[in-house]
Amino acid sequence: MTALQERPEQADRHDRGLSETDTERQSYLRAGHSLGSWFFTRDHKRIAILYLFAITAFFMIGGAAAALMRLDLLTSAGDLLTNEGYNRAFTIHGVIMVWFFLIPSIPNTFGNFLVPLMIGARDLAFPRLNLLSWYIFVLAGGFTLFVLIAGGVDTGWTFYTPLSSMFSHGNVVLAAVAVFIAGFSSILTGLNFIVTVHKLRCPGMTWDRLPLFVWAIYATSLILVLATPVLSITLVLIAAERLFGLGIFDPKLGGDPLLYQHLFWFYSHPAVYIMVLPALGVVSELVAAAARKPVFGYKFVAGSSIAIAVIGFFVWGHHMFVAGQSMYASAVFSFLSLAVAVPSGIKVYNWAATLYKGHISLDPPFLYGMTFIGLFVVGGLTGLMLAMLAVDVHVHDTYFVVAHFHYIMVGGTVSAFFGALHYWWPKIVGRTYPLVWGRLAAIFIFLGFNLTFFPQFLLGYLGMPRRYHVYAPEFQMLHVLSSAGASLLGLAYLMPLVYLTWSMRYGAPAGDNPWDATGLEWTTPSPPPKHNFDEIPVVDRPPYDYEIEMEGEDG
Amino acid sequence: MSGPLSLWPEQASGYGGEIDLFVIAFTVLIAALSAPVFVVIVLFAAKYRRGRPADREHPQDRNVWLEVSWSIIPFFALIGFFVWSTDLFARLYHPPKDALEIDVVARQWMWKFQHPEGQSEINELHVPTGEPVKLVMASQDVIHSLYIPALRLKQDVVPGRYTVLWFNADKPGTYRLACAEFCGTDHSVMGGSFVVQTPAEYARWLQQSTVDRSLAAQGGALFRGRGCSGCHGPASTVKAPPLEGLFGKPVALEGGATIIADEQYIRDSILLPQKQVAAGYPAIMPTFENVLSEEDVLKIVAYIKSLGPGDLTQ
Repeated sequence: MTALQERPEQADRHDRGLSETDTERQSYLRAGHSLGSWFFTRDHKRIAILYLFAITAFFMIGGAAAALMRLDLLTSAGDLLTNEGYNRAFTIHGVIMVWFFLIPSIPNTFGNFLVPLMIGARDLAFPRLNLLSWYIFVLAGGFTLFVLIAGGVDTGWTFYTPLSSMFSHGNVVLAAVAVFIAGFSSILTGLNFIVTVHKLRCPGMTWDRLPLFVWAIYATSLILVLATPVLSITLVLIAAERLFGLGIFDPKLGGDPLLYQHLFWFYSHPAVYIMVLPALGVVSELVAAAARKPVFGYKFVAGSSIAIAVIGFFVWGHHMFVAGQSMYASAVFSFLSLAVAVPSGIKVYNWAATLYKGHISLDPPFLYGMTFIGLFVVGGLTGLMLAMLAVDVHVHDTYFVVAHFHYIMVGGTVSAFFGALHYWWPKIVGRTYPLVWGRLAAIFIFLGFNLTFFPQFLLGYLGMPRRYHVYAPEFQMLHVLSSAGASLLGLAYLMPLVYLTWSMRYGAPAGDNPWDATGLEWTTPSPPPKHNFDEIPVVDRPPYDYEIEMEGEDG
Repeated sequence: MSGPLSLWPEQASGYGGEIDLFVIAFTVLIAALSAPVFVVIVLFAAKYRRGRPADREHPQDRNVWLEVSWSIIPFFALIGFFVWSTDLFARLYHPPKDALEIDVVARQWMWKFQHPEGQSEINELHVPTGEPVKLVMASQDVIHSLYIPALRLKQDVVPGRYTVLWFNADKPGTYRLACAEFCGTDHSVMGGSFVVQTPAEYARWLQQSTVDRSLAAQGGALFRGRGCSGCHGPASTVKAPPLEGLFGKPVALEGGATIIADEQYIRDSILLPQKQVAAGYPAIMPTFENVLSEEDVLKIVAYIKSLGPGDLTQ
């Protein structure tokens, strides 16, 4: 926090940071004040901000649906929502959180903002395409909101056939259209990142000097481009069956319902890695910066991102162990699912080793990083439990699965999203936020999350199926605990909204490098100017080139 | 069972006990794999906290042997558990030949169970202890999933095909059964009771809910009433494949393939007769797709299974 002197009249006590610093006046945030300068911008940083607004709105809508469900689940009877109403609530929660929050969350905000800065480029390879992909995303989001207003959809986010194609009364086709459109946004974004990483690295930024976050975004982009088209085609097939009675999935028309599950999970399992790989990349950055040390086993951590992306394409059948697929297929998918654990484990062990002999700061980014590691480890290991065939037969489609994937997606991805927000916020807006509040929010998120979702492991093993809002009375106590945790978690998620907004006006100017971290993004002013770098940088050193002590030294 | 809080599910079979044992052992393994990470992070965060004096000399940033060992050792441990769990799972695919067969028909939003003696019940399944029970399951509409937590078992019930679930319950009692696959509006109330009884109690229950004809006999009535016997009966002049003693035998198909005549084959032959045509016979059988319900088809399957050599000619 060295940039206080930048403030024009720091002696003026009534100023309270309201006035702009010189850096801010030249930053991307002030490069045009009209609405048009935002809505027609081609600056990757402004597009990142547009995404940030859009996904924050969707996070709140999806969160409201979750709140409604947790409230309804306080009692074992279905007294708040009707059966139909509850089905619509969890469907909209799933659809919005998966496609309109989790998938775009880290790549489209932080990926957009940071990839050019981290590789020493002035923008993404295709700035117009980048803006287009935001508009497509917003159009898809508009469709989703229309589905909500039109009464919703009741198939679950999984759209299983023949329920979705022939039996459901909801707006299945509209919801499918929304997700179909969103898919194009994903594909364009992924394509943009791949080309950018290949073509726009600055001199000296070789592949083995790429920040681990960029490696993770690169791996994610590969999945976005390869898997999303499969989902799009599958949704078209559902619409074709529903609208024209084309027999594809419904056996009454000569179709095969399991074909749908194969197609859907061929996309949706890799999609899990779309959600979690960027988070893994964020955490590598957070851990290195907090320990002020090179990441232990850089090549293993970078390679493991690619390994996860590749193996992730061959495990979809583990969603179908009790669906009626062959026993031998199940055994193969079970084995391959265990194989994914290896690169994931490599990352976690390497992070722990990075901390060894580091200079560890307990600032908010590190606390979010640790929250991520703790929750991701629990989520990953219970995932191994689910990969075990005999156990899955019991806990498949129960709250055990619900708890498992929320540990990965919410405990993991959302924690990493908040970690990224707290780490790069000073870079994005040029101001710092009160660290105490950041620490408190991180701790509340950790506690609230565990209170919400740990009881759900027990519920699942007890035999509580998912997507039930009328349940046996012996489950009630655990549901009450879970709902109590959800209230705490909801409040904790709102806290950053308050103090980060506050900081934009009243926070102290951050200076170029408030965390004293390495990485090209920290060599630019905060907030960066529109074109990022006055001169394209030249990299002549390895990544995470922190000073290490060769002799005993205190402090 | 009735209190608002329970932490471990009831067990109604030996298999359930084996699953519990596996889960406990596996939990120990994952605790052993993850505890060091948590301990080390907290320890390092305290010991190497920024500004705190500590020995930070010569920190390493790579070590291939360490990387390989923390990848390989947990993986081998996992493979041991993989073999154990796959072995448990494989048993589910080998129901004993002499198992008591009960037919299950799922539809939005109820379960119907048909016992071989002809009794049928809705949202309640009575089974005897000490005898393997095999459920042959069909769905009339969407995908459902029969879930009996006390047995640690579930199996999806998929329209257009039969799926099988078998178990050997050994503890009398009343347990929950539920639909685990989301199936539409009333999914969360598509449940009922799973009643395990001693063989004597089960026999008494069968008598109380007695019906005049066994499932196979009801199927026989349908076989005649729906006109199947017109072609497949002994007096028929139409060239139709004989059905006596068919079940479980290999059937040569048009095109050279051979198939074992199981429940699925018989069902397909009734509903999708053009799918697999027996070699040497004209493909003239009409479909009964919109004529017979899943329950009726299961009854006819039971009837055809019951046909020994020469039964039709008598």
